[in-house]
Amino acid sequence: MSTDAPHHAVDVPYLARLARLELTQEEIDLFGGQIGRILDHVEQMNKLDISGIEPTAHAISVFDVIREDGVTESLPKATILENAPHNANGLFLVPKVLD
Amino acid sequence: MGTFTPFTSIAETRRLLRSKELSPVELLESLDQRIAAVDPKIGAYIERDLETAKKEAAAADLNKPLGGIPIGIKDAISVAGQPLQSASRILDGYNAPYDATAVARLRAAGAVPFGRLNMDEFAMGSSTENSAFQLTRNPWDTGRIPGGSSGGSAAAVASGTALATLGSDTGGSIRQPAALCGCVGLKPTYGRVSRYGLIAFASSLDQIGPLTSTVEDSALLMNALAGRDPHDSTSLELPDEDFTAEIGKDLKGLRIGVPKEYFVDGMESGVRSAVDAAIKQIESLGAEPVEISLPHTEYAVAVYYIIAAAEASANLARFDGVRYGRRSNEAKDLASLYAKTRAEGFGREVKRRIILGTYVLSSGYYDAYYLRAQKVRTLIRRDFDQAFTKVDAIVSPTSPETAFRFGEKTDDPLKMYLADIFTIATNLAGICGLSLPCGFSNRDGVDLPVGLQLLGRPFGESRLLRIGHAYEQATEWHKRRPVL
Repeated sequence: MSTDAPHHAVDVPYLARLARLELTQEEIDLFGGQIGRILDHVEQMNKLDISGIEPTAHAISVFDVIREDGVTESLPKATILENAPHNANGLFLVPKVLD
Repeated sequence: MGTFTPFTSIAETRRLLRSKELSPVELLESLDQRIAAVDPKIGAYIERDLETAKKEAAAADLNKPLGGIPIGIKDAISVAGQPLQSASRILDGYNAPYDATAVARLRAAGAVPFGRLNMDEFAMGSSTENSAFQLTRNPWDTGRIPGGSSGGSAAAVASGTALATLGSDTGGSIRQPAALCGCVGLKPTYGRVSRYGLIAFASSLDQIGPLTSTVEDSALLMNALAGRDPHDSTSLELPDEDFTAEIGKDLKGLRIGVPKEYFVDGMESGVRSAVDAAIKQIESLGAEPVEISLPHTEYAVAVYYIIAAAEASANLARFDGVRYGRRSNEAKDLASLYAKTRAEGFGREVKRRIILGTYVLSSGYYDAYYLRAQKVRTLIRRDFDQAFTKVDAIVSPTSPETAFRFGEKTDDPLKMYLADIFTIATNLAGICGLSLPCGFSNRDGVDLPVGLQLLGRPFGESRLLRIGHAYEQATEWHKRRPVL
């Protein structure tokens, strides 16, 4: 692995908070360097003149796909709740949000 | 009692089943014995449910196109009632409540889903080393990776423990492991196969496709898989197509583009010589090679890792410990429930891509990274549009190198990402791509498979299968087997 310091610095703890992802100090240090080097590589995109170029969100464009507004059967509630870590009375249980 | 011979094609197995030389249950049992004997050395299978599959096999309608044929399924694709984890700890305890449309369509064609196959966690990787469960080994040298992310799907076909498997391809995840293991892998055009029931990685790039031991078998699977699905608004309504229709036709009059940007210094010499020889062979079969240019190739890795990471960071937000899978026991409140569940459940590569994706989408950076990448994606797509005005298909190596050793690239994510250089532009452009065996490269004294990649215009799968089949029939590469 390249040990040169990357030109790009990212605020990993801030991003981890945005992503609701707890990281160890070791992961913060590791990812900071690795993502910085990835961004250094990505920098080459700046060589290109992209003025007037439309962005591509999907390669094969489809527009306004509208289905019939019909009533169809859903998966049974019990089947879905079987996968929940904690549930009761047909609801997902989570820690208390408000005191 | 009939027994199944490993490496028999689907086309031939179908004949054995219909002539009653073999029953679907006998087929399944002998396949299960083969897995028990061989797979401990390979590690392609995470698990399999023989009893359920036997019941389904016993009821299989042999008159259907894939009647009684068992098909292994990548751990990212839902099979109703079976565990599904995308090789991640965050989905511990999760059972798929419904079939993916691809699986439902295989069943409708008479096939029997059998076995969960290993992969890189959430399909993020090129070596299957990112699985939370186990390593999968390359059948040609068990000290080497099988490729990824569909490493289990490729290694199972290549070691004769599956007739065919499903994989998913976001940046090469079907084609690269197919190349490195020496089997056939097809990434269909975006919109060809429904993604409903596939655990999403990068939704504008993901596509499900087959891995098989012959080109014709891939066509047979495509006949079952392709089609519009009301559950996936990106799947397209197209006329019914028989993907075997062009199989057996010659290559006279076809123009095959050879992109100069895909034949650069630094490629493994054995890969280069195998692919050069394959192009000559295709020429001798009547096609005309034409040099073309795909000028924005060098930007594909950068564009891909921004778009894929951005989409992944959004898609993986759903794994929060509330509705399914694992939940941290350490949580004090809702915020720490999310953060700790995700910390415990995700592996390193997944965390790294979530952070990268969050960065490129975050306020102040969106235009510089995500939006710019989407614009360069347009340029990459136009390169292919231009090329396909002149040629019927494009030929290249699938990967610049053969299978590397475990641990060789795990410390340097960028080096791992660059291994995908020939496959990712396909997904950015949404076109179709086929990888098939085209020879061997001697690396450190071991012969390792080389993959030939054929790229086609949107919805041009039948043409690729025709070229692939003609090449395959003229060569013996697909008949070589690893010693296990």
